[in-house]
Amino acid sequence: MSRALFQPKLADDWQTAVADLLVRLADDELVIGHRNSEWTGLAPILEADIAFSSMAQDEIGHALAYYRLLHELGYPDPDTMAFLREPQDFRCASLVSIPKGDWSVSIVRQFLYDTAETVRLEALCDSAYEPLASLARKLRTEEKYHLLHGKTWLHRLGDATDESHRRVQTALDLLWPHALGLFEPTRWDRTLANERIQPSEPTLAQEWRARVEPLLTDASLVAPEGVEPLFGGRVGRHPPSLAELIAAMQKVFRLDPGAQW
Amino acid sequence: MVQFNQPRNDRPGDPGYEQHLAAFEARLARGDRVEPGDWMPNDYRHQLIRLIHVHANSEICGALPEGGWIPHAPTFKRKLALCAKVQDEVGHAQLLYRACETLGKSREEMIEELLSGKAKFSNVFHYHAQTWADVAVIAWLIDAAAIVNQTMMAEGSYGPYARALKRICYEEAFHLTHGYDMCITLATGSKLQRAMLQDALNRWWTPIMMFHGPSDKESKHTQLLMRWRIKLKTNDQQRQYFLKKYLPKIFNLGLTVPDPELRYDEQTKEWRYTEPDWEEFKSVVNGNGPASALRLQARRMAHEEGRWVREALAAAASGRTVPMSGAVRVN
Repeated sequence: MSRALFQPKLADDWQTAVADLLVRLADDELVIGHRNSEWTGLAPILEADIAFSSMAQDEIGHALAYYRLLHELGYPDPDTMAFLREPQDFRCASLVSIPKGDWSVSIVRQFLYDTAETVRLEALCDSAYEPLASLARKLRTEEKYHLLHGKTWLHRLGDATDESHRRVQTALDLLWPHALGLFEPTRWDRTLANERIQPSEPTLAQEWRARVEPLLTDASLVAPEGVEPLFGGRVGRHPPSLAELIAAMQKVFRLDPGAQW
Repeated sequence: MVQFNQPRNDRPGDPGYEQHLAAFEARLARGDRVEPGDWMPNDYRHQLIRLIHVHANSEICGALPEGGWIPHAPTFKRKLALCAKVQDEVGHAQLLYRACETLGKSREEMIEELLSGKAKFSNVFHYHAQTWADVAVIAWLIDAAAIVNQTMMAEGSYGPYARALKRICYEEAFHLTHGYDMCITLATGSKLQRAMLQDALNRWWTPIMMFHGPSDKESKHTQLLMRWRIKLKTNDQQRQYFLKKYLPKIFNLGLTVPDPELRYDEQTKEWRYTEPDWEEFKSVVNGNGPASALRLQARRMAHEEGRWVREALAAAASGRTVPMSGAVRVN
């Protein structure tokens, strides 16, 4: 049990806001890890296959760490959270559940997502919720390599051949509104910001754009303009791809949910 | 490497071949390792290329039946372990293609031959992994059978292959533990889980019995491979070792094996079993197994869909890109 739970100043709202944030963080990581793991054995070159699989494992591992924090707050254990919840109970952004597509979609998503995660984790390192701050400091060290991977690939593909440029720009256009949706404001934003648990979503979004856009320019890519963010994931409204993913993920566990697997 | 500007001396009948061969075999007799630049008989090179190539192909084709189950792995522990295991198999392919390249065959050439159906891969990956219990049986018993083979091959005479195998065996030992743990969980689980496991073992038993290759009576390469210490045990010896080690564990889990002839012969201290149908084995490894077409198709699709990426990397390597500020270039 985390010490923070026993601090009397914790109001109900405080805890609910923290838990809501943790569910979003955990679900994003689990779902993108799941999607990225779908490349294992099928990536364009063996070295890329191995690297992408490592990142998928990191992300699934991060999800597990967030679900453990939730468990300490009284939520069910991580396996129950992942393998028995219904799709509408998930709080991930639509960016993470989009099918893996071709390599350009997965690489651009990885770049956009990991830049966002880096921005968020940097902020969370100073979170007033110590269990989260301490976890964020640990995860940030791994994220450094994910970001380097994303930037390097984006830069290589953005400008290598006409085809690679076209594919990566198309993927960027497809994913951009979903990426903006990573920063969907929630009803807990103010509580989280006031209690210094996490800066507000628009603040994070601004920082993310400031970091992403120069890197896109360097890779000869253009961030779409005037695009509305796709929201809904943070309140359980998801594209059909999530329900398909969850069904696949829970297929074996649900054969006998009471059994050990 | 074969030096084409010099007269060849590595085939029977070439001038100097017999003297070189005598010195080579004397080295092997002393337990020396053969390294890439060393003189070696052309046959030795080709037998090794054939073996390592098939082994490497088996690793990437082996990633397919198990990889297909990563999305369905039923707990965090299994999901992480399975993803790491399949990743290891891809890593093994990378190591083995590299070891094979030291003998003068490029990775691209080997992959092309796999995709065209010219080069083979292990018989066990020509079958479907139908249920989660199949994944458990593959990770336990097929990895166990592979360890029997590879631990022996790791003592073989060609340095790069032996060293790659040392590392591979180390990782395979983890896979085996992961597979055994999955099998124990299913064997001690609910009725449904026990039935799943027995069903998987029933379907996999014949392919597993074929895994070490044709009986010594039929194996056409064994004699030469053993003479040059590429291989240190015959196929039947490996199969027997596997049975001695794993059958007791299989029976301990309350499982049965679908072979009415299976019994332990107290006199010879060996297991007797129904001789696998080696014609069927040959047909399977030649691409007529239940999942042969599916596996090749999956690899061809992945290869085709990745073509633009490889072309882009080649273009990037030739310097078309402008260096990005603040980023490290990974070469």
